[in-house]
Formats: sequence, structure tokens, C-alpha cells
Amino acid sequence: MIDFSILTKYSDFYMKGLGNVIEACLIAMAGSFVLGTIIAVFRIAPMRWLNAIGALYVEVIRNIPLLMVVYGFYLLPPVFGMSAVDGFKSGTLGLIVYTASYIAEAVRAGILAVPKGQTEAARASGLTYIQTMRYIVLPQAIRIVIPPIGNQFLNIVKNSAILGVIAGFDLMYYADKISSDTFQYFSPYLFVALLYLVLTIPISFGVKYLERKFSKAR
Amino acid sequence: MDFAGAFAWDNVVFILKGLLVTLEVALISIVLSFVIGCILAIVQYAKIPVLSHIVATWVEIIRNLPLLLLIMFTYIALPDIGIKLDPFVSTVVALTVFESAMLAEIVRGGLRSIEKGQIEAARSSGLTYVQTLWHIVLPQALRSMVPPTVSQFISLLKDTSLATAIALPELVHNMSIVKSQNVNYTLPAFLLATMLYLIVNFALSIVSRRLELRRA
Amino acid sequence: MVKSFKRMSVLSLVAVFMVVLALAGCGNSQTPAPAAGGDKSAPKAEAPKTDAAQPAAAGGLDEIKKRGKLVVGVKYDTFLFGFKNPSSGQVEGFDVDMAKAIAKKIFGDESKLELKEVTSNTRIPMLQKGDIDAIIATMTITDERKQQVDFTDVYFKAGQALLVKKGSPIKSIADIKKGVKVLGAKGSTSVKNIAQKAPDATILEFNNYQDAFAALKAGQGDALTTDNAILYGMAKQDPNYQVVGGIFTDEPYGIAVKKGNTDLQKTINDLLKEMKQDGSYDKMYEKWIGEKPSK
Repeated sequence: MIDFSILTKYSDFYMKGLGNVIEACLIAMAGSFVLGTIIAVFRIAPMRWLNAIGALYVEVIRNIPLLMVVYGFYLLPPVFGMSAVDGFKSGTLGLIVYTASYIAEAVRAGILAVPKGQTEAARASGLTYIQTMRYIVLPQAIRIVIPPIGNQFLNIVKNSAILGVIAGFDLMYYADKISSDTFQYFSPYLFVALLYLVLTIPISFGVKYLERKFSKAR
Repeated sequence: MDFAGAFAWDNVVFILKGLLVTLEVALISIVLSFVIGCILAIVQYAKIPVLSHIVATWVEIIRNLPLLLLIMFTYIALPDIGIKLDPFVSTVVALTVFESAMLAEIVRGGLRSIEKGQIEAARSSGLTYVQTLWHIVLPQALRSMVPPTVSQFISLLKDTSLATAIALPELVHNMSIVKSQNVNYTLPAFLLATMLYLIVNFALSIVSRRLELRRA
Repeated sequence: MVKSFKRMSVLSLVAVFMVVLALAGCGNSQTPAPAAGGDKSAPKAEAPKTDAAQPAAAGGLDEIKKRGKLVVGVKYDTFLFGFKNPSSGQVEGFDVDMAKAIAKKIFGDESKLELKEVTSNTRIPMLQKGDIDAIIATMTITDERKQQVDFTDVYFKAGQALLVKKGSPIKSIADIKKGVKVLGAKGSTSVKNIAQKAPDATILEFNNYQDAFAALKAGQGDALTTDNAILYGMAKQDPNYQVVGGIFTDEPYGIAVKKGNTDLQKTINDLLKEMKQDGSYDKMYEKWIGEKPSK
């Protein structure tokens, strides 16, 4: 039932797919963390219009499917006369924009968990708003938000399979190709599932470990 | 851009029909995954020797796989071992397997939030284990689980879009057909589909917030 | 704490076990797989092996006749070829008419046809599994795909052509001279071809054809080049533009049948010849493409 010879015969394809998945995920993790943090700061900044932009971003992006966000990068640029984006890039960009909305909420919760008194004290002692954020609030918030962000990174790895829908040369894409070449479907897809687990299980354990560690510390 | 052409009555109706399929698949799947998720969580909670470990492992594996992989696997790989399903059933099966594992974690969290003292009191007052679960633990756990379950439903509704890869005639699929008629239809069709997702999901999150408020 | 640690260890054991299994598979690729779930392995026999030397067309034309209908995989979102019309709900196009013609050839009745929607993710799996008898879905015949399926003769001569604004002085590839701006898709073979056939042209590269079409409309170039099937679709959308000069490359579309299904392949090839002789092919072509096929 399980044909292991496929794994050796097509190891090049599997490795290429795995490499592309890892690349897309690392870029998406860094990108969504930065963008998510910016949006979170927008949401709590002492400026109404920034709050509104942040809230709009989170509410809109969280309520539409990742596939639509990815399609936004894949289908729309040519409509506006810009050059189009290939499957790998639009998939990765979609992951960044989509995940940022979740990370923004996690970071916001973390920032709000830092007692208000500290912010007021910092402002009173002459720090600007940005300095207060940078040196007082964010370093503390980061610790609180690490587990939920870890969960979002786990989601990035799982969601990266979306690249397979738009020919992004990821593991799903190669599973399709290997299946068509071998006339077998069960084994090629099973091996891809295993490769995803090799990526996701360690992250999942890591997140659980951190959750326990930080909840004990408080 | 040709909004008038893209939003011709027939095109709009066609996209709405896609939304209907999306809702149908999502509803069936959430009901099934809620029931199965509760069973998985109770089995884990009850610490039945071997079974609980098997279920825990199953839940952990499924939760760590991409949903798209499960959909493709159900539709394309299962026939290799003699199980043939059409796109609709494949999607429901894959979504149920995936979301029931996600819900199992939510339900387990709800169960664990019940104080041990209550269970002990119930047991010592003569209730059996099953009775305690059914009358004391579950009702309380269910109440605390409503908001996370609603947000899981929103995720599930969004996730149905992946089934466009196996030609399920849902919202994204029908949008793709409408937009393919004309380059100038791309943006209007895209915006309409996005708006429909937003409307449905906003409505759901408002319900979720209401429920949360009532509880507090 | 202890409990969750136990659970984690069980899980990591399972994960390690799976990886070991996978690695073991790498080590001795020739050993047959462990017979897990032996009772369910029976239907697997239908999955053919890579070798083309398969027992002569198990379940070919005879099975289709016995079943009483032909099942064809088409796309629902390819304008002019396989397209589900939102107004009528009908699937229509060149590919669909081709499928009807095959059904008529086999049964004498074009309604003995079932269309199944395929996507580029599912079309080859569905054919290999026998869910559909043939794929008619703007599929270019390539050597790579010939390993996976058997192709009939060309049913649509796709190839590179030119799209220009009506009234443009450019009538064919010969008019692409120095200073003429040609729009194409970045890194595509169509750009390489035009650089070879019209070395004096200025080539502007875009990432895809939708983008290039927008640029053509904006007056950024004089002609757009890519597959004619795509260009005809654009010309239908905007009657101010037309395809000129025929094709100057060869990327033919074929109908795919399951490997070894030679009798269906032959039936379709015979039909294609007949249709080209009696003029019904030209009629069908004109109905969808809007002009006669170039000779």
C-alpha cells in the first residue's frame, strides 16, 4: 500500500518542495511579525485615525479567506497596470498580510497587559511615545506574546500549502507532479504529510513548552 | 474595469449560488466536527488507558497538517485504497477531520476549566462518572466554549475556499468563472466575493460578541 | 506537568517512528511496503504502473459503450474553450463541442455525454483513476505529459500570434521591424521566440498576459504576443483589437486519454480527420474563435 521507492526516486522533488516551503515560511514569519507589530502599535497609538486604520486592517483581513488575500496579489496587480506577481511571491505576500492581522491582535493584547502606570511614568520622565513603546512597553509585551506568535508561525507553515493552488513550487505542487508521474496518489501525498509534520510538530511542542514556562512564571 | 458588465444579474446570482454552497458545506461540517470534537475531547479527558493516548496522538497529528493537504488527500489519494468521494463529500470529510481536531482542543480546554471540587462533590453525592460528565461538567464547559467555537466556525467558513482546488462550486470557484469572461471583470468579481465573506463573517463575529457579553 | 510530559513523549515517539519509517524506505527502496490493512489493498490493482507496456487497454472503448455514455473532463473557467456560462448554467466552448462530437461519433448521439469539471490540480489524477475517459482542457502536448497520459492528434493548433489594435499597420510577424514595441510575458518562450524571429523589435516584458494587454490598451506598445488561444479571448472581450498573421510557433493542444487506451485514441484521431475533411471542424472553429483556422 505504501510505496517507499517513490521517496528515493523522487527525493529531488521532495527536497525542492521542502526547501521552497521553508523559504516561504521564514520570509512570511519575519514579514508578518514586523507588519503585525506595526499594526498593533497603530491600534493603540494615541491617534484616532491610526486606530481606525489598524482596526480596519485587522477586521477586514481576519474575515476573508487566506486564498482571497493571496488572489489579491496574484490577480489584481495587472488590473491596475502593475506587473504581475508569480505564485511563490504572491503566496508568501498573502501569508504575510493574512498572518499579520492575527499577530497584531496578539501583540496588542500583550501591550495592553503592560500596566498603564509604567507608560505614564515613562512619558512623564520625558520619553517620547515612540521611545516609551520601544524601550518600556514592547520588551515586556514580547514575552507575553511569544506563545501566541509561535502558534501563528505554526499556522504559517500549515497555511503555506496554499502555494500549491497557484503553482508556487511547494510540497503540494510537487506531490501533484510526483503523483501524475507515478500513477500513484496515496504514497506521494502521505510522504508530503510526513514532511509537513517534521516541520510542524517541533514548533507545536516548542509553543506548548513556552506556554507552560511563561504561565508558571506569572 | 467594467462594474456594470461584471455585476450583470446573472453573474451576481451565480456568485451568490457559490456562497450558498460555501455556507452549506460550512454548516454541515461545523455540526459534524462539533459532535466529533466533543467525543474526541471527552475520550481524552476521561483518561481511558490506551484509547486516550491514541486520540491525543491523532488530534496532534491532524492539527499539525495543512488543511489543503487533507482535502487533496481525501479527494485524490483515498481512491487508491478504494474510497471514492465526490468533491462535496471530500470537502465535508476533510473539513470535519481537521476542524474536529481543532475543536477537540477547545472542548478539552473547556472541560479542564471545571473545578475538580465540583466533580468530587457530584461523585460523592451518588452520581456515576457518566452522569457527572453529562449533567455537571458538560453544560458548564459548553457555555465557556461558545465564543471560541464561533470563531472556529468563521475559520471553517473561510477554509471552505480551499476546495476550489478540487472544483467544488463554492464562492471562490464561481468568482473565478465570472472573472474569466473578461479581463475587466477581475476586480469587480474579486471585490464582490470579498464583500460576501466579510458580511457573513462580520455577522458571525457579532453573534459571538453578544454571546460573550451575555456570559459575563 | 508529568501527564503532559508523558503525552509529549508519546507524540514524539510517534513522530520519530514515522521519520524512521520514511528513512527505512529510503534505505532499501526495493523491499515491498509492509502489508498494512491488507484487506483494503484489493482495489489498488487498478492503479497502473509507469511502464507504457500495459495490458491492452483494460476498460477502453468497450467499457464506454457498455456504460452508455462518454465522460469527459473539461475546464469551467476557460473562456471560449470550456466555460460555464453564468446566464444559462450551460458549459460551452470549443472543448465542449469537441466532446459532443466524440460522443456523437461513438453513440450517434451527442447527448450521451457527461462533462466533469477538472482543474489543473485534478485533471490528470481523474483520468488516471478512470473517473473520466478523456481530458479536453486546453492541454498542450509536452514530452513530460506524454509520460503520464496518451495524447490524440492535435485538436487545436495553439501557438504564438500577434494581437494589435484594429487598423494597425502590423499585419504579420514580417511587419515587426526596428522601433516596433512588442509586449510579452517575462521569461516566457514567447518572448524568446519573438526575439529570434524579429531581432530588431523592442521587447517590453511583463509578468503575464493580462498585464501586457492592459499595457497594450494604454498605448505602451504596438503588438502583444502570446498563445493565440489567449489572444482570441482578448479580442472577443475588446472588439477594438484583433489577432493578425497566423501562428509562428507550435504549442499544440491535444486530447488526453488514459495510457494504453489506444482504441479511444484511434476513434478520436479518426474523427478529427473526418471533421477536417467535411468542414465541420472549420465550422466549429469559426463558431468559437471568430475566424477560420489558418492553414
